[in-house]
Parts: sequence; structure tokens; C-alpha cells
Amino acid sequence: MQNGNTNKIWELLNTVPDPEIPAISVVELGVIRNVIFQENSFIISITPTYSGCPAVKAFQDDIKICLKENGIENFELKIVYSPAWTTDWMTEETKEKLRKYGISPPSEKAICPQCNSKSTTLVSEFGATACKSFHKCNDCLEPFEHFKCI
Amino acid sequence: MNLLNYTLRIADSSLISAQRLSEWCSKGPTLEEDIALSNISLDLFGQANGFLEYASEIDGSKSADDFAFKRNEREFYNLKITEQENGHFGDTIARLFFCSAFNFLFYTELSKSKDETLSALAAKSLKEVKYHLKHSKSWMIRLGDGTEESKLKIQESLNSIWQFTGEFFEMDKIDIEISDSGIGVNNTSLKEEWNKIVNDTLDQAKLTRPEDMYMQTGSKKGLHTECLGHLLSEMQYLPRAYPDAKW
Repeated sequence: MQNGNTNKIWELLNTVPDPEIPAISVVELGVIRNVIFQENSFIISITPTYSGCPAVKAFQDDIKICLKENGIENFELKIVYSPAWTTDWMTEETKEKLRKYGISPPSEKAICPQCNSKSTTLVSEFGATACKSFHKCNDCLEPFEHFKCI
Repeated sequence: MNLLNYTLRIADSSLISAQRLSEWCSKGPTLEEDIALSNISLDLFGQANGFLEYASEIDGSKSADDFAFKRNEREFYNLKITEQENGHFGDTIARLFFCSAFNFLFYTELSKSKDETLSALAAKSLKEVKYHLKHSKSWMIRLGDGTEESKLKIQESLNSIWQFTGEFFEMDKIDIEISDSGIGVNNTSLKEEWNKIVNDTLDQAKLTRPEDMYMQTGSKKGLHTECLGHLLSEMQYLPRAYPDAKW
């Protein structure tokens, strides 16, 4: 595994779940910005979702464990801030995974993940994690979280 | 050396704001507000960490933690407004609103900095600060245009914190030098826009803008109010009592 195959690294990273939203991987979340092979080492660039997101530390540890379990020792994790993470990087497929998991995916207006109603009320701009706001559906009355657009 | 000092000023204002706001954790007036203030605090800690890491890189010998935990009161350059006590909820909201309005304008400008790290950190912070401004502004309006009691209290809060808002727009030698070189922000130029945001919000909130008064100054030289020492004694307790303790 020392041959510099970055595709293999991407594949492995895609198996590491987001510690707070395990329905999607760290790759799908868009925090892995780049993987390059340089001077016999894989350099993995990571960007935080929010500056203070506590999951950043957690998924760095998870990535290290995953790579080491797969026999990869020659890697280095690097934090980058530019370009700043944005929900625009999320694919439609990932958004659908979030919705199935019960989180309203990033969109202008929060749509209820349970009944798809567009009639919803913002309860709070701030939810259980930095990346989500808190809403209520006016039709099915269920409370739900919405992935904030940033 | 001046770039280090300039970076520490930004980092310190974020760090001290974050530490102060974190005191609301588990004491918020409602569960949603508790979570909101704690989240804002977390954003600010994250921003402080980014700027302190950069300070550490410029300095070459001290770590980000050294800067946060091993400096004394006179070596901190946070704006005095950030260290003021939380008081009641209205006091905190008034402070947060003035700071967020300033941070929003400041980071908008700093994101155009010639210094790549500062511009990246600013662009990142800006996204978060927009939410802080939106949140504190909506509370200013709700409290000002709320009940007789809430209006009275928030008006008193803004009257008493007003004296600390002059520091936002100060420029000393270091600011001028860093701003002239295209790296830093000309704070004076932000005043007009800041006034616009403040006046517009106060109008909507049916509150009165305080009269011009004596403005506090000194934080750029490390001079602070008595609030900072107490805050640091709590924030720095563990690394001071158990140097180099590890998790």
C-alpha cells in the first residue's frame, strides 16, 4: 500500500462516517479537500465545517484509525481553511441520505424530512450541532433539524 | 512582530468573547437560547483557535495554548467590550449585537487581506458571524419592541455598554502599518456601516441611540477593566495549576 494510489485512500475515507451524522461519510460531508502523494507520504487536507466544530478532532482520530487498520502508515493530516467549507459541495445523493436519516438537507427553506411539507416554522437558528438549525413542521407537527446553508 | 501583535488582537477578542459567552452554558433563559449562546461561543473559540495557531506559526516558539493560557492580563489585547460581564440576558445580547455587527464588517474587509492565512480565516469566520449578527439583532428587536419591562432593561443595557464601542474604530501605529500594507483593516472606515446597522436595528427595536459620551480605550496597550483578570483566573486555572497536564 505504499505505491501512492490516492484512489484507494479516497475509497477508505469514504468508509469513515461523520461522527455526529453517521448516515454520511466525511467525504460526502465535503471536509476532505484533497489527497496527494508527496515524498512517499499521503497528505490529506481537511477543512472544518464550522471553526469550532468538535467533530473535527473526532474525525481526524477516526481517519487515522481507519487508515492504520488498512495498513497505511505513511500519511499526514493537514487542516486548511481556504476555500471555506460550504454546503454547496454536498451532492444530491448525499442530501437524500440526510433526508432519509431525518435531517432536512441544506436548502433555502427547510422542508420537513418526515412528510415533505414546505410549511415549516423556525424554532431556533441554532440546533444540537453547529451546522444545524431547529424547526417544526406545521403539517405533521414533528420537530426536525435542518442543515444550515453556509 | 507587528503582524504577530495584530493577529493576537483578533484572536484575543474572539477568545475572550467565547469564554465569556460560555458562562451561559446550562444557564440560558430557555433551552433553545442556551444552545444558541453555547453554539456562538463555540464558533468564537474555533475562530480564536485559528488565529492563535497562526500567531504560533508567526512567533515560531510559543504554541496556541501557550498564548491562550500562559499570558497575563496585561499581555492580552482583546477589546474591552468582549471581557465585560454577562449581566442579565439583555446585557449579553446588547454586547453580542455590537460585537457581531463590528465583526461582520471587519471580517468582510479582512477576507480581502493580502495575507492568505488571515483572509482564509476571515472568510471562514464571516460565515459564522452572519448568524451571530442575525440572532442578536432579532433579540434586540424583540426585547426593545417587547414588553415595558424588556424595553426598559435592554435600553439600560445598551446605555451602559455604549462606552465600550469606541474601541472598535481605533487605529494605533500597528493598525495603520498593517492596514497600509494591505494586510489589515482600516477600522475607522467601518464606522459608517456599523452606525447604519446599529441605527437601523435600534429604529426597528424602538430603542434610543445613546448620546455621544466618553469612550473607553486602552486594550491595544494591554490595559483592561477589572473583569478580565477574573475571567482569566478561571480560564487559565488548570494549565496554571497543573503545568503541561495531558488528557
